[in-house]
Amino acid sequence: MGDYRVLNTRAPRIDGPAKATGQAKYADDFKMPGTLYAAILQSPIAHARILHIDTSKAKKLPGVKAVVTSREAGLIKYGVSPARYDETLFAHDKVRYVGDEIAAVAAFDQDTAQEALSLIKVDYEELPAVFDMFEAMKEGAPQIHNEFPGNMNAEVHQEFGDTDAALAACDLVIDHTFLNKRQDAAFIEPHSCLAVYEPSGRLTLYTSTQVPHYVMRTVAMTLQIPVGNVRVVKPYVGGGFGPKCEATPLEMSCGLLSKVTGHPVKMSYSREQVFLHSRARHQFYAEMSLGVMKDGTMVALKNKAVLDGGAYTSFGIATVYYSGSLLGGPYKLKSMKYDGYRVYTNKPACGAQRGHGGVAHRACFEQLIDMTAEKLGMDPIDMRLKNIMMTGDMTVNELDMSSLGMKECIEAIRKGSDWNNKKGKLPKGKGIGMACGFFVSGAGYPIYRSDTYHSTVVIKLSEDGGMANVLTGSAEIGQGSDTTMAMIAAETLGISLDNVRVYSGDTDYSVDLGAYSSRQTLMTGHATKEAAEEIKSKIALYLSQELNVPIASITFGDGIVKFDGGPGNFDKLRTNYIKEHRGWTDPPSGEYLTFREAARLAYLRAGTIVGTGKYKPPKLGGSYKGAAVGTSPAYGCSAQIVEVSVDLDTGQITVDGMTDAHDCGLAINKMSVEGQMQGSLSMGLGECLFEEVKFDSRGRIINPSLGEYKIPTALDMPKVKSIIVESNEPNGPYGAKEVGEGAIMPTIPAILNAIYDATGVRINELPVTSERLFMALKKNAEGAKI
Amino acid sequence: MKKAIQLTINGQPVEASVSPNQTLVQFLRDDMGLTGTKHGCGLGDCGACTVLLDGKAVNSCLVLAVQADGCQILTIEGLAENGKLHPLQQAFVDKGAIQCGFCTPGMILSAKALLDEKPNPTELEIRTAISGNLCRCTGYQKIVEAIGEAAEVIRFREES
Repeated sequence: MGDYRVLNTRAPRIDGPAKATGQAKYADDFKMPGTLYAAILQSPIAHARILHIDTSKAKKLPGVKAVVTSREAGLIKYGVSPARYDETLFAHDKVRYVGDEIAAVAAFDQDTAQEALSLIKVDYEELPAVFDMFEAMKEGAPQIHNEFPGNMNAEVHQEFGDTDAALAACDLVIDHTFLNKRQDAAFIEPHSCLAVYEPSGRLTLYTSTQVPHYVMRTVAMTLQIPVGNVRVVKPYVGGGFGPKCEATPLEMSCGLLSKVTGHPVKMSYSREQVFLHSRARHQFYAEMSLGVMKDGTMVALKNKAVLDGGAYTSFGIATVYYSGSLLGGPYKLKSMKYDGYRVYTNKPACGAQRGHGGVAHRACFEQLIDMTAEKLGMDPIDMRLKNIMMTGDMTVNELDMSSLGMKECIEAIRKGSDWNNKKGKLPKGKGIGMACGFFVSGAGYPIYRSDTYHSTVVIKLSEDGGMANVLTGSAEIGQGSDTTMAMIAAETLGISLDNVRVYSGDTDYSVDLGAYSSRQTLMTGHATKEAAEEIKSKIALYLSQELNVPIASITFGDGIVKFDGGPGNFDKLRTNYIKEHRGWTDPPSGEYLTFREAARLAYLRAGTIVGTGKYKPPKLGGSYKGAAVGTSPAYGCSAQIVEVSVDLDTGQITVDGMTDAHDCGLAINKMSVEGQMQGSLSMGLGECLFEEVKFDSRGRIINPSLGEYKIPTALDMPKVKSIIVESNEPNGPYGAKEVGEGAIMPTIPAILNAIYDATGVRINELPVTSERLFMALKKNAEGAKI
Repeated sequence: MKKAIQLTINGQPVEASVSPNQTLVQFLRDDMGLTGTKHGCGLGDCGACTVLLDGKAVNSCLVLAVQADGCQILTIEGLAENGKLHPLQQAFVDKGAIQCGFCTPGMILSAKALLDEKPNPTELEIRTAISGNLCRCTGYQKIVEAIGEAAEVIRFREES
């Protein structure tokens, strides 16, 4: 690791004070004179033909300014991946789930908007609906989209090597299945948007999103506004975790209503609408076979996935590819076969959520490894270490592990949890389990096919030279990207963190694909570093001309500039600076030229000093179909050990402790890295033990609230030991890579392996409520009696 | 039919006219412009709208504005004094207890209600006190640490 002044520390977040005092503004905190309030009419029926929509009564209600349906919005199809645009802003021929959007209203106040919704009359012809993914695949099942017969939204078939032959040659082949449940991301801030359409034709959206860039493009397309006239501003965002990675009907409705009325239009989803919009974790069914040799060498993996996609595609194409591609590591395999199916059902659409596509299949795979180790009489850690990939290894599906501290992570948790003294030595009812995982540090390709840069950054110095302003379209959503960029800029410029300001989340500032696929640190980080380097070279050039010294003799660091390692002769610059800033409180002092004075000189010579940086990954991945999904310039990896107590009479599970190690390359900000690790564990624990979005027989969500849909509270989380493992990632800025999603990968299987250790019962369906475990224990006991 | 109320918000006496069905969170955010109090669910599940009402932590989405008549309200905007962060706010910043920040105001106020009553809480008491404030980002660990540290700072300040 290098000798850093700003990086690799525990820096308090730069937005901390604003957030701690309530000054930080989120989308719902914005207010503008003349604002109208909007509401969306959503289908109460899961599957129906729309025969007629009558908005006349709603339009006549005093206080209503506009009512829009597909007639006004048009039928432009949109979605996430252009290959599967299957949504229109408002349903026109059919509704496909309870919650499908039909119309939107703008009124002078919220109550009037809600009342207007109740006056819109929709005549439906109810159609048979299908809610189960396996039912939806059967012949004769209700057809949800005409274009996709058999409700088959996407199919993936990939094979590397001859898997059947490899399995046949193995000493031992073990099978396993796994079923998770549909999740909700349960971010605490519901989606909210304020749209302002100006007479000039410009639309600005202040919106709670992870991806201002993609929202800008989608809104421009669906509302038929030139993209240059759409600006998306992301204020502070109260969590995203994936579902805020795409343009929403809320944003498009606000935009359309603002365009139609000429007023600013605001709308926020209720908590129930957040559940209805969904776009969160799919339900996955996994079927897997792992073939190994007697000595524990892994040889072949066969993996089948069925995904319940809900009524639309959202991110689903990428999801169904990820369920296969993210099993290629971190173990060496000779062959791997994957068959994935994403199926439409009459439920809200599923999309991306933390650990996109990989979490459920990782849970199945890591259980399978434990099952295999048990059969072979091996310690689960030894079994993994025997097969572990190292830096420089390539997965069977051609993902390049340019740095991989997987082994170091495993060793760190083995020691950190005292595994050797616990595994196999705990009393009945107590268990210990482990698992590993890895994840991309930014998707290798954008969502739409393009040669676009993934991140550009502009750094602009203040005219006095005292402040570096970083302008970026990147999305601070709580993960700490603003602080990360400030730290990278400060380190590169050789100034203190206090002398950097970050302006982010605005499509006017720069191009940035946003906060998804754990990409900000690596990609925006590269662009920030490059922009700062350009600034430094400009200043060095003007200094060298002014003082007649070679450029190579000039170095920056600690807020000062050195010439051949010494102070040099800069008297005239200092005198000038002090003269120019007479009466200011903080004249430059000390024996060295300050960065501020040097930057001022550059300004006097060339005007405002601006540096720009850009990044896009090199061409990555193999040449097979779907090779793009799963590629990344770098991969982060994690290993976790979980300890549980199980009440064998009731099935009640208590997670007693978690030990987590993550390789994030260079930890830019250690405090933020730990924050991501601990947050990931909490989300994984929730999904494993409590979380399930439930539906009634007519496709209505029965638990659309944070009271009924349970996420972990402070009382559910044990003390977590977080161990940062640092590798030097050659493709990352200063050697950095991801932590935001990789850290969730091992959590579920580590808990499940611990439950098995405690009870001898293997659970293959989530969530592991005490009821589910109790029934499994009972069945196991009955089986033992027979 | 609006109703006149008198209350104290962050030490300032306030007279206002509110609708009988207006919740305290709506009143604070929409009428008073105190948007530091967050609206996360409207059902009392998430705790993001927590404020102190006569010193007790309440979900302001479950309290009607008219019920606050004659009461003392403390919101997150009233916690810092003379531009200096309250020890809880400072500890949240220093210990990395803030990520997205949406639960932070409510979390800090629940913690304040606890420390006002129990200056030296156990870890379990801290976790219990904030168990009605959901956080999806942090896993709570750094929040619990921050509250513990703030408790120490406050005790030290009061002793000296």
